[in-house]
Amino acid sequence: MILQEISDKIRQQFPEAVLETKIEGQIDPFIKISPPYIKDVCHFLRNENDLQFDFLNCLSGVDYGKGILGVVYNISSLALKHKATIKVEVPVAEPKIHSVESIWKTANWHEREAYDLLGIQFTGHPDMRRILLPYDWEGFPLRKDYKVPEFYNGMKIPY
Amino acid sequence: MFETTSLISPTAITSSGKRIRSEEMILNMGPQHPSTHGVLRLELVVDGEIVTDVIPHIGYLHRCFEKHCEKMANYQQVIPYVDRMDYIASMNMDWGYALAVERLCGIKVNERVEYIRVIMAELQRIASHLIALGTYGLDVGAFTPFLLMFRDREYILDLFEMTCGARLLYNYIWVGGVSHDLPQNFIQKAKEFCKYFKPNITECNNLLTFNEIFIKRTANVGILPADVAINYGCSGPMLRGSGINWDLRRDDPYGIYNKFDWEVIVGKGEMGTLGDCWDRYICRVREMEQSLRIIEQALEQIPEGNVQEAIPKRIRPNPGTDIYVRTESPRGELGFYLMSDGTNSPYRVKARSPAFVNLSVLPEICRGYMIADVVAITGSVDIVLGEVDR
Repeated sequence: MILQEISDKIRQQFPEAVLETKIEGQIDPFIKISPPYIKDVCHFLRNENDLQFDFLNCLSGVDYGKGILGVVYNISSLALKHKATIKVEVPVAEPKIHSVESIWKTANWHEREAYDLLGIQFTGHPDMRRILLPYDWEGFPLRKDYKVPEFYNGMKIPY
Repeated sequence: MFETTSLISPTAITSSGKRIRSEEMILNMGPQHPSTHGVLRLELVVDGEIVTDVIPHIGYLHRCFEKHCEKMANYQQVIPYVDRMDYIASMNMDWGYALAVERLCGIKVNERVEYIRVIMAELQRIASHLIALGTYGLDVGAFTPFLLMFRDREYILDLFEMTCGARLLYNYIWVGGVSHDLPQNFIQKAKEFCKYFKPNITECNNLLTFNEIFIKRTANVGILPADVAINYGCSGPMLRGSGINWDLRRDDPYGIYNKFDWEVIVGKGEMGTLGDCWDRYICRVREMEQSLRIIEQALEQIPEGNVQEAIPKRIRPNPGTDIYVRTESPRGELGFYLMSDGTNSPYRVKARSPAFVNLSVLPEICRGYMIADVVAITGSVDIVLGEVDR
C-alpha cells in the first residue's frame, strides 16, 4: 500500500492526527503525526487488517535544532511487504512522547537509547533508564547544544 | 502480552508434585565472562538453578559512533568507523552504509562493482558464520570444531588481504565503488576456496551439528515463538530460525541478489520445538552453503569495468532529505537512518544494529531455563558487542 493511502486511512480514523503527508521531493515519504495521537495511530497501524505493520525497523531520535526534538519511526509489514515512515516532533522544553513499547517490544531498547542520547522522555515506558551511557552520566550527548563535560564523578576527562 | 510459561525443572519438584522454591538470588554474569562474547553483563535472578529473570546491561563498549559521525568532515570518513561496529563482518557494514549514502545522493554503481560487493559480502557472511558456529560450539563444550572453523576462516581472510591489504577492518566498499579492483588471481583463488570449503561443511555437520551431546544442549532450549520474534524486531537467523521466511536480500532487494539462484533458509524444528537454539544454529550452517552458491555464480558471471568510475569527489545531499536503508548483514537487518542538512557532513546518523535488537529478546527466551542454558541461548543469539554498543 502506498503512503498516501495509509495517510488517508489514518485520517479517516483520527481526523486530527495527521499534521502533514510529504511525498513529493522526498526519497523516503513520511507522515507527520501530532504527538498526543502517536500511540493510538501506531496501534491502529499494527492491528488494521489491510495495514498490518507488525515490524518496527528503527526508532531514531533526532535533534532538529531551534528547540525541536523529533522521533522517526520506520515501520514495515512482513505479511504485506510494505513500509512507511512516521515522524513526531516535540518542543525541547517539554520532550514527552507516549511510548509505543506496548505495541512493538523493539521500541523498549530503542526508546531507552533515544532517552539516553537525546533526552526524549517516553511516558508509559516500563523501564526508562539510560542504556548505553553510565547510569550517572549528565546531559544528552546527541543534542546539538551539548558541551562535553570537564569532569565525570570528580575525575578530569583528559580529551 | 507474551507470557512465557516457565519450564519447571524435574529436580525442583517433590514426589507429590509440589514445586520447591528457594530464596531468589542475583547473580552477575560478566562483564568479563567468556561466553558473553565480549563485555556484556547479564544480571540473572535465579531461584536455585533456575533463571527467573535476566537483565542485560550493555554499553561497556560504547564509543559514541553516532556523535562521531556528526563531527566528520565528510560522508566518506564515516566508513572506517562503520567497520568497527561489527568487527567480524566489516564488509557487510561498509556496504550498508555506502548503499545508504548512494541512495541518498542517487549514485549508481556499475555492474563490476555490484558483483565485487556481492562476492565480498557473501565471503564475509561465511567468515562471520564460521566464528558464530565455532564459538557456539565452544560455549557448549566442543573445542575441536572451533579450531577447524578458524582454519577455514583464514582462507577467506587471505582473500581479503590479497584484495585490500587488511584482514579484519577493510574500509573496502566505498561510496560509489570499491577501494581496489580484484587482483589478477583472485577469481581463481576464490574458486579454489569454494571447492575446498564445500566438504568442510559436511565435516562440521558430522562433528557438531548432529552430535548427540550438542543436540541435547541446544534442542528445545531458548524457544523463540514466531510472533514474539516479530514483535521484538528480531531479524536474520534469529527470525528465520523461528520459521519465518524473510530475507532482505530477497524481500527488499539491493545489489544484484535477484540475478542469482539461491534459497532462503528457514528453521523447521527438526530436533525439537520450532525456534530453539538448534534451529538458529542450523540456519547459519545452511546459509553458508547458500552463500557459496551465490559466490560460485558471481565468480562465473563477473564482467569487466572500472571499479572507481562512480566515486564522487564531493558528497552534498539536498538539505532536509533523510533516508532509511536496510541490508541483510550476517546477524540480521542492518539499517542506517541518514539525515542531511546540505553540508558536507551528515546531520544525523543512526545505526539500527541487528545484534542490539536481537539481544533485547534475551530476557524473554531465558526465563525458566537453567543457568547453563543461558550460556547456550546467548551464544545462539550471536551478538557482537561492538555493534550492540556502537
